[in-house]
Amino acid sequence: MIPPHYYLFLGTSLFTIGVVGVLTRRNVIVILMSIELILNAVNINLVAFSQWFHSMDGQAFAIFVITDAAAEAAIGLGLIIALFRNKETVNADEIDLLKW
Amino acid sequence: MPLQQIAFFLLSEVALGSAVLVITRRNAVHSVMWLIVTLFSVGGIYLMQHAEFVFVVQIILYVGGIMVLFLFVIMLVNLDVAAKQAQFSRQWLLGLVTVVVLAAELVYGLYRGHEGFALAQGAATPPTGGNTQAIALALYQDYMLPVEIASILLLVAMVGAVVMAKKKLE
Repeated sequence: MIPPHYYLFLGTSLFTIGVVGVLTRRNVIVILMSIELILNAVNINLVAFSQWFHSMDGQAFAIFVITDAAAEAAIGLGLIIALFRNKETVNADEIDLLKW
Repeated sequence: MPLQQIAFFLLSEVALGSAVLVITRRNAVHSVMWLIVTLFSVGGIYLMQHAEFVFVVQIILYVGGIMVLFLFVIMLVNLDVAAKQAQFSRQWLLGLVTVVVLAAELVYGLYRGHEGFALAQGAATPPTGGNTQAIALALYQDYMLPVEIASILLLVAMVGAVVMAKKKLE
């Protein structure tokens, strides 16, 4: 039986790696992949607590998080295609139309 | 060391190692491949916790659906130029410092709250009738309205993706 804080540390580490990817990478596709890492870290916590409490609520929430991830990936990749068509770039720091 | 712990440490090491590779690779296709490895090992961790349904959803939806979508978009978008440019933005040092502070806060919170995790374990008997049945009961009894809202969200996302990827709006 693995104690729940092992899973919490794993989730924290995966979350941190995802945040590093979001904050430091330039390629927007890799930034979207880092967001998927963050969502997976959240799911690890949800499933760990779900098993620890023998309650299905956490796993139901994990299903909802995966649903959100699918919607977010579809919208995000559609945005990337539209962006590439207009600006011919995938670098996040070159998309600075709103920058003063 | 019991077999379960060996499996846990193996899976989590593979997950974290390939996650680091995801955010450091120059080629976005390689990033997708390493992300698939991460998703498989996270799926293995779900399986270890008897969350079989979430494991299957992870494989079918994440690895089979979302990652294929990523690969398609990488083929549609020309990444040859971006692969030759700098991979990290100018504020990478500031970002890294922020993340170190965030990680220190999280680990400190977990460490201090360590006793708090000695939570009373739930009812000793796991729900009967298998994991899929239990999740179905939770989703369609307790979370009926959220399921409907999620289906509307997916519809909106589908229409939005089609509209945004369209060539020209008339």
